[in-house]
Amino acid sequence: MLAATIIALLVVMALALARALLGPTIYDRILAVNVFGTKTVVLIAVICFTLGKPEFLDIALVYALINFVSVVGVLRYFEFRSGNSFPVVGQGDFSGDEGGQAND
Amino acid sequence: MTDLVVSGLSAVLLALGCLFMVSGAVGLLRFPDFYTRMHAAGVTDTLATFLIICALMLQAGWSLALFKLGLILLFIFFTSPAASHALAKAAQHSTLRLEPGSGPRAVPAEAVGGQETQPAEPALEADAANGDRA
Repeated sequence: MLAATIIALLVVMALALARALLGPTIYDRILAVNVFGTKTVVLIAVICFTLGKPEFLDIALVYALINFVSVVGVLRYFEFRSGNSFPVVGQGDFSGDEGGQAND
Repeated sequence: MTDLVVSGLSAVLLALGCLFMVSGAVGLLRFPDFYTRMHAAGVTDTLATFLIICALMLQAGWSLALFKLGLILLFIFFTSPAASHALAKAAQHSTLRLEPGSGPRAVPAEAVGGQETQPAEPALEADAANGDRA
């Protein structure tokens, strides 16, 4: 059952990565990366039980902390930017303030 | 006997967690706009993590691993809603800064544009302005 869980986790992480690559807005990407990070924490915990090494749980704990801090940090950076920071759908990748102004 | 019950319960919890996790990921990939995707991901994320960590706790028994798993679970319970909230707030602030008619919106017009004439809108804009000064 643990092996099946690991496979399901890897599939879910691949789907989240696909959304992070496809996602039309920067927020889709951040959401997908957040999901990816949470699933990584669970994956480390499950792998730790599969291998029978309980000390790996410390890594999962630290990863959960870093994941949260990084997501909130990136969000603060994009939330309080000056100018129109919301990318327009269908005009390629998000490329910062200059790109957003040029697209107008 | 107790061993069998515990491992069976653990397997059931793991299977349920996988089910929720995969459905959430499919929703994240296939839903039409950002807010629905956030709904799919945010709702299933906490629940699937809870189920899987609980299954691992059952397998761990009384040990230090149980405590560490509880710590991970507690932390994810605090941070996952906080991250979802921050994400929704950031997206809403950015959407509110769009000039009217500046281009097609990332969010469908009936989800955001339909509320532009309602009295709640000036308060939201004032909130965004406060955010600018902060």
